[in-house]
Amino acid sequence: MPRHQWFAVRQDLPPRRRTLLGVLAFLLPVVVWCIVSYVPFVWHPMIKVENPGAVSWFRVDQLIPRADFETQVARVTAEGGVVPTGERANPIYLPAPHAVCRALYTAFTTAPVLRGDLWLHESLWMSIQTIFWGFLISSAVGVPLGVLCGAYTSVARTTEPFVDFVRYMPAPAFGALMVAVFGIHLEPKIAIIVIGTFFQQVLVVANTVRKAELGLIEAAQTLGAKRRHLLLRVLLPASLPDLYNDLRILLGWAWTYLIVAEVVGVSSGITFFINQQAKYRNFDNVYAAIVIIGVIGLATDQVLAFAGARLFPWRSQRPSRLRTLLVRLFADRYTVLFPDEPETKGNTA
Amino acid sequence: MSPVVSAAALPDYREQSRAVADRFRKLRERPVVLSVENLGRQFDSEHGPVTALRDVSFQVHRREFLCVIGPSGCGKSTLIRMVAGLDYPTSGRMLLDGREVSGPGPDRGMVFQGYTLFPWLNVTRNVMFGLEMQGMDRSRAEAEARQWIDLVGLSRFEKAYPAQLSGGMKQRTAIARALAANPRILLMDEPFGALDAQTRAQMQTHLLEIWRNVDVTILFITHDLDEAILLADRILVLKANPGEVAELIEVPVPRPRSLGQVNSPEFLATRRRLDELIHPRREHASAEAEKLPIVRLTQVGDDVE
Repeated sequence: MPRHQWFAVRQDLPPRRRTLLGVLAFLLPVVVWCIVSYVPFVWHPMIKVENPGAVSWFRVDQLIPRADFETQVARVTAEGGVVPTGERANPIYLPAPHAVCRALYTAFTTAPVLRGDLWLHESLWMSIQTIFWGFLISSAVGVPLGVLCGAYTSVARTTEPFVDFVRYMPAPAFGALMVAVFGIHLEPKIAIIVIGTFFQQVLVVANTVRKAELGLIEAAQTLGAKRRHLLLRVLLPASLPDLYNDLRILLGWAWTYLIVAEVVGVSSGITFFINQQAKYRNFDNVYAAIVIIGVIGLATDQVLAFAGARLFPWRSQRPSRLRTLLVRLFADRYTVLFPDEPETKGNTA
Repeated sequence: MSPVVSAAALPDYREQSRAVADRFRKLRERPVVLSVENLGRQFDSEHGPVTALRDVSFQVHRREFLCVIGPSGCGKSTLIRMVAGLDYPTSGRMLLDGREVSGPGPDRGMVFQGYTLFPWLNVTRNVMFGLEMQGMDRSRAEAEARQWIDLVGLSRFEKAYPAQLSGGMKQRTAIARALAANPRILLMDEPFGALDAQTRAQMQTHLLEIWRNVDVTILFITHDLDEAILLADRILVLKANPGEVAELIEVPVPRPRSLGQVNSPEFLATRRRLDELIHPRREHASAEAEKLPIVRLTQVGDDVE
């Protein structure tokens, strides 16, 4: 076994190290966060008042900047009054990890402050619906149009220049317009996501289709494939795995448009929840909501990646562990899976 | 070891034994499948039009094996792509069974150097592709595809995807796929160029075997002179700048062919003639033939030969 190096240019890592580094990628930021939160002499620019002492305007649990607190302490000491006490703390906008973890649970169990407001899970569901419809509508038009652009230069030339032009307009700029057209509820928000996704989608899809190997088209033509078959039975399947990956990336973009889309008209969904909690200074809930968005996004992407490997079996370069095991067990019957073997076996004709 | 035949003792490459001459007489009596008439191709470049091919004419008879060779840049790939309909001629015409053809079609099957198998289809589905395009229903196409897969010896790999096959197996699948569509002529564009020497030799034998047993006419492009002599009935030699027919050689090596014939007098004579045509003795040597101006960079006495 060759010794693997950590920093070999463009070399793959052994699976265990890949997993280890993947876990570290999440662990490191959390560790930094823990250090800043739990080690009192790191940062902690505020003083949380425990005993106001002789300072009339101090209150218990009030956060005072350290410099101000020390001036007051010096003043009270000079005057001979009761010296206020307190301990170092972080500003309110940086809650400790345990507070956020607690909020991840309590945010779901706490009733909304105002009657008529939504619970966190209801807000989330609303956001997911917004994303879902926005992305679905965009893809339903964008993918076929992109494929046509990639396949036919004439379609590309009549579509892409204009699409390219609109692409540079920030989607939120259409907010007021969309409210005027669609009202103030979910529709304008979906429209913003469609605008934000669609134009990129057409160009990305067209480019991917254009990258499909020309040789495959030529081979199909010499086998008698004509227009419709060339498009549906050659060009489309040839670019399908890459299109699928494009859509995964574009779905991520759709999420980035969510927050701006949800403040259009009546604020709704997770954005409304976040804004509301920030108003009440429940920053642990704010962080919890942001973390949940991240988790949903990552989970969706991983599920799609997993599904992709099964949808396009001819693409899987690295067989799954289970499959490798099965192949080992039935090695004599699965010679197909060892293409590196000398060819002699196939030459029986 | 076969005796080394000195150059002077080689027969003329045009001398044919009785059997070989008989074969060629019969070959010429067969109907013409492909007739290329005064074919030419010009490309537009920054420096004005460039003639890639000029006035190429030849005929391929039924079940003939015709090889096309020539120096790089002589337009042999352009020629076969035009015959396949993937490129268009700027002058002249092509007749297939007496009818003029243009544009690609299943009557002219093609095997490419880069395999071009459909990666999302397994071997069987790849071979079925042409049959399905002709409107054959799935079960009949599958049965027929299976026969072609058997013929190229890949029946154990029917369900494998192209990515799981070696280069030689991919090319055999590609040959089966092209043959399954039942073309009048099979066009092969340097099909074994990407294979290692051993696999290539195997594939050559294999191809001869297929050609013997299947009713198919083959137009085969190569830059490997030995390959051309081993495979071909006749060799169309092109010369470069512009691409024109230099000579159409009838290969005097008797059939059935095998790799053991490469040192036979007929083979060597043909080989010498091809060498003369492809690498003519130049009056002023070109850059590639010149000795490289290498300065000695090792210590004195540190010699490797």
